[in-house]
Formats: sequence, C-alpha cells, structure tokens
Amino acid sequence: MASYSTNEFRSGLKILIDGDPCSIIENEFVKPGKGQAFNRVKIRNLKTGRVLEKTYKSGESVEAADVMDTDMQYLYNDGEAWHFMHPETFEQVAADANVVADAAKWLKEQDTCVVTLWNGLPISVTPPNHVILTVTETDPGVRGDTSGGGGKPATCDTGAVVRVPLFVDIGDQIKVDTRTGEYVSRA
Amino acid sequence: MMVDWRPSASSATLVIRARLLQRIRAFFQARDVLEVETPLLSRAAATDPHIESFLVQDPLGGTPRYLHTSPEFAMKRLLAAGSGSIYQVCKVFRQGEAGRRHNPEFSMLEWYRPGFNHLQLMAEVDDLLRELLDDYLPLADTSRLTYREAFQRYAGIEPLMASIPELQATVRQQGIDITGLDQQQKDPWLDLLMTHVVEPALPQDGPVFIYDYPASQAALARIRQGSPQVAERFELYLGGMELANGFHELTDAAEQRQRFTVDLASREASRLACVPMDERFLAALESGLPACAGVALGIDRLVMLAAGVKSISEVIAFDDEHT
Repeated sequence: MASYSTNEFRSGLKILIDGDPCSIIENEFVKPGKGQAFNRVKIRNLKTGRVLEKTYKSGESVEAADVMDTDMQYLYNDGEAWHFMHPETFEQVAADANVVADAAKWLKEQDTCVVTLWNGLPISVTPPNHVILTVTETDPGVRGDTSGGGGKPATCDTGAVVRVPLFVDIGDQIKVDTRTGEYVSRA
Repeated sequence: MMVDWRPSASSATLVIRARLLQRIRAFFQARDVLEVETPLLSRAAATDPHIESFLVQDPLGGTPRYLHTSPEFAMKRLLAAGSGSIYQVCKVFRQGEAGRRHNPEFSMLEWYRPGFNHLQLMAEVDDLLRELLDDYLPLADTSRLTYREAFQRYAGIEPLMASIPELQATVRQQGIDITGLDQQQKDPWLDLLMTHVVEPALPQDGPVFIYDYPASQAALARIRQGSPQVAERFELYLGGMELANGFHELTDAAEQRQRFTVDLASREASRLACVPMDERFLAALESGLPACAGVALGIDRLVMLAAGVKSISEVIAFDDEHT
C-alpha cells in the first residue's frame, strides 16, 4: 500500500484515516526549538464531509487513499442512481443519493461535474460552479422592476429553489452559483 | 512556464529586517559584547535527536561536513579561550523544518554572558526585545512563569511529577487526537501539551518567559538539584510564538559527554543518522568553560512580529520554496 510521510503533507493530499478517504485541508508543522516535532492537520472526511483535526508525530507514515477527482458528464437519473460518463474513455459510473447528496439539485444533463472516485467508486459529486437552470414555477414577473430589491423564490427544472429578482418569469433561464446557491444573472 | 523569480518578502519587510539587525548590533556594542563569526561547516554535528543536520559531501572523497544547527559549540570554545561576552548573527540549518514558522535555513542571534545565570540573562533578553521592537510593536508587561506554573495554569496539570497516563488523560480531555507518540516516553507528551495547549493560551501581547524546565529537557543547561530537580533553561514566547531558548550553561565536561552519549543512543534507537559528537567542544569544556548563560533567538520570527506578518516566508528574501 502506498503511504505518505508527514513531511509530504500538503493541502489536497488524500489519505486513509480509520478506513475512510480524507483530504488534507491544512497542514501546520509545529516544533519546539528543543523537542518533538508534530504535524497538526485539518482533514475533511470525503465520505461524510466532516472536518476533523488530528496531530501526527512528525515522521509518521499515513496510508495513501486512492482518490481521484475526475471531470465527468452527467447523463441521467434512473430514479435510483445518477449516471456519469467519462468524456474520453466513455466509462460510466452510477452514484446513489448518499453520494450525490445536495449536489442533486444542481445536476443538469450534459453538464460536466467533478466526480470524486475512491478505488474507482464515486464518493462525492461536485457540480460546476455555475449552472444555467430554467424557471418552472414562480410568482408572476414584475415588468420593469430591475432594482433587484426584494426578490422571490423560484423553482427550477432541477428542483432547486433559488431566490430571484422580481422581474424573473416562468420559462426564463437563469445563471446560479452552486457554491452559494445564489442567483447570478439571467442567462 | 513562468518561473517565479521574485522575492517571497516585500521590500518594506526587508527594510524592517535590516533595521532590526542594526539595532541588535547597536545594543551589543553599547553593552561591550563582542561580535564574532564561527564556521558554518563542521566535522561534528548536533546530537539532539530532534534536530537533523544537513550533511555536505565532499565530491573528492574527503571528510564530509555538517552545516551547523546553531553556533553553540564553537562559541563556547571561544568562551573557554577567554573571549568574554560574545554574540553572533548567523544562518543556521535544520533539515526537515519547514512551515509557517520554520524555514530549513534561518537566521539566529546567539549570545553568551560569563557570570550570568539564566534569570539574569532573561532580564537582558527582555531589554533587547523592548529596544528592538520599540516603535514596531507595543509590548505589555513581561510575564515570568516556571514550566510547572505554566502547565498548572494553562493545562491544569502538574508536569514534573505527572505520570505518562496522567498526561495522556489531559491530552484526551483537551480533545487532541494524536498518532504516533511513544507510550513509554514522557517528554513527547509534555511537548504535545506545551505546543497544543500551553503555548496558545499564553498572554499574547507581552513577552512571556518560561523557565526551570524538566531535567529531562535540559539540553545543554545545568540541572539544579532539588525535589524535583529542574534544568536551568528558559524559553521566550511573544505573540504565542517561541522566540528564544536560553541556558545557564552546563560546564561539566563529563556530564556533557554523558548527555551526548544518551542522545546518540536515542538516535540509534529511532534509526536516525549517526553523527560524530564534537570532541573539540568537549575538550574546551574539560579545559574550563567559564560559568555563563547563553541564549539563541530567532531573528526571522522577530521580524515577523515587527512587520506584523503571519508567515516566515514573508520576512526572508527567498524562502526555501523559492530557492
């Protein structure tokens, strides 16, 4: 099994902790002038998304996690799983609701997402930073009101509910930032 | 590809660095302490199992040299030869130390005062600090705590008598998740509590001196008999950062050799590089090192405080990532 020594620790490194794949968010080298050195790390568990803090005695080795972030095209949902395809190898993977989690409401067919694979199996899905969605349900638009003040909820074709300005109407295409869930502009 | 050739420090920070170096030299000139230079390359190395020297090979097959990790041995040889009070500003080199507060090559100010004990030297360190940082950083009153008091106050445990299981219980109470520490050795557990619990809780706005360390962490300090015995060693913290380490120096050559031998055995047990101990330094101790106190202070961290920056790379013209 591949492993990393603490002196190879850097943010983004994928390691195995208690059997779960984790990603290092922050690594701090702590050492008294005379005495034991430590690596104090902040880690995200890639399966649960939970952030934890751990300290290693410097020089320790930690098992590497075979985790790859892969750009994949979202194909369709068959009611149970979301299907993604690698754009070059055409290899397909299916991710269930636990894996897709909150990303589900941003997934539009044909969009390219980042699918995180652990030992070849998907463990998380990250939607594109911006998606174009079609409004399917909202209060009637107020023409001429471009102030942006106020706003109203709008339901989109993916099921996402986004707060939009008053002038947005059913059938409009809008650009949304998936990281914040906020409306950006009309598309 | 764009090669990043620019300095990691801003020019404003480099001006502060130059100014602090001028002030250091003025401080010691006014106190009649002599500036010296000693070799960076040595045939012997530091034996401390927690400090790794860089090895410099001779391509022609001659004796390899080690880059010094501190100028301590050579400066003590000068003291033994009758130099009187001396100071040095130099680069030192420690393998594997890189991070927000560490660079493998860094600048050290080290000085020695014959006739001083560690408490007298602490007072002089405080004077220097206030003179250097004068218009850069307002300093609150100085705190002085023994190692024992610091642990009792900030970690809620008496460190000198505590057993390893008691220290481990405190580590758990503090919510520290630690991997890899030896269950049979006490000092690493003390170091863990020191760096993770005590240091972050120390007053941030004024100098804090911690003194009278566990005898097991004496390094090159003399040990004062008593119950329990303690090492006459001190550390200076400012802004939650370790700035200096000082000793009422061990002058006993036999005891020094004994400590080196223990260090080397511990290095061997940990499968660390076997390094030659400094026989010339030991010979100087045998010939007679005057009773003295000495201290090493990290200049880069001092510049970090004066410049108000968080990372050592911002105070070094070219940090290790940029060499």
